[in-house]
Amino acid sequence: MVNTALNDADLRQRAWNAAAAVVDPEIPVLTIADLGVLRDVVVADGRVEVAITPTYSGCPAMNMIGLEIELALEREGFHNSKIRTVLSPAWTTDWMSEQGRQKLREYGIAPPQVGSGRRALFGVQQVPCPQCGSEDTEVLSEFGSTSCKALWRCRSCREPFDYFKCH
Amino acid sequence: MVLYALRRADDALILGHRLSEWCGHAPAMEEDMALANMGLDLLGQARELYSYAAKVEGKGNDEDKFAYLRDVRQYRNLLLLEQPNGDFARTMARQFFYAAFADLYWRAMMKSSDATLAAIAAKSEKESAYHLRHSSEWMVRLGDGTAESRRRAQAAVDDLWAYTGEMFDVDESERALIDDGVAVDPATLHSQWQNTVSSVMSEATLALPTSGWMQQGGRSGKHSEHLGHLLSELQSMQRTFPGATW
Repeated sequence: MVNTALNDADLRQRAWNAAAAVVDPEIPVLTIADLGVLRDVVVADGRVEVAITPTYSGCPAMNMIGLEIELALEREGFHNSKIRTVLSPAWTTDWMSEQGRQKLREYGIAPPQVGSGRRALFGVQQVPCPQCGSEDTEVLSEFGSTSCKALWRCRSCREPFDYFKCH
Repeated sequence: MVLYALRRADDALILGHRLSEWCGHAPAMEEDMALANMGLDLLGQARELYSYAAKVEGKGNDEDKFAYLRDVRQYRNLLLLEQPNGDFARTMARQFFYAAFADLYWRAMMKSSDATLAAIAAKSEKESAYHLRHSSEWMVRLGDGTAESRRRAQAAVDDLWAYTGEMFDVDESERALIDDGVAVDPATLHSQWQNTVSSVMSEATLALPTSGWMQQGGRSGKHSEHLGHLLSELQSMQRTFPGATW
């Protein structure tokens, strides 16, 4: 009995590690664990069920992420794994890990300001440039290259950059 | 409940499709991306709502069957949302009237006693807030812009006004859901909607129409001629190659 329990915990950890390493196809420096998209991993009878949550309603990356998780688990020897999408509680940008924010910044995308909800949604006035750190920046378009990003420009170094929107 | 979710799903799908028609045609690259982004948000909301309607109904339907295999009279979207894009001012006026409503509606729906609708609302309300800010800024820019942009914005507002009343209509099937706390009574949102619209219109130096007569029909499947044309494009693949998948 004890051995089985230990085994299950061990399997779950292996499955979690495999799923957690899957990256966002649009922002390949971020894993789904960094993003907070990976919600839960359950192992029952050697079969894995992974719960993920969408960032934006229409995010086309979700199908891709589901597929990548199945492949990652397959490589670890978990067959017939199941992906479950959970909607509640709704994902917000506050779920992104500090490590994830740092990776985003290094990748050239300004991370979302902490403190989601409507105040952060409309209260953000300045987003520091991820290239030069200047706070002299301006928004070009609130809708950027993917649903989660806005397009900004730095007035100091003149570089345009993506800002991961508060959500 | 199935009908309630389908009506909202149809709203999102039809408006989302209209916005997608701008892809590659918007006046500037940023707007092309903005309109496609908003269309994508709406498509995502539609998918969740269709899937939920299919699950509650339990008759083997799914999101694709609802979207691709129903005919005009089975669609239950608001008439406002199927109106053609027209010029950019008309698209923005339609977007503004609806986003000002959707923003309030989804925020209120987060308190729905139905867990799935509340969860869908929690995502949709943030998206709607962005849509509202975007279209409000455009209403001001167009209304308080050149003589030409102002003329077009005012014409769009005047023409679309009669379709705004339907957002606040409630029929018997919805009354029961409102009493159960599943749905929000849209009448409770009307004065706030009116305030938002009035203040943006005033900043845009546009006149708010005073006509009280409102067009109805979309919620019961009586549509304008435009929806059939829209669906013939939206459904063309499934109609031509039934059951085709990517």
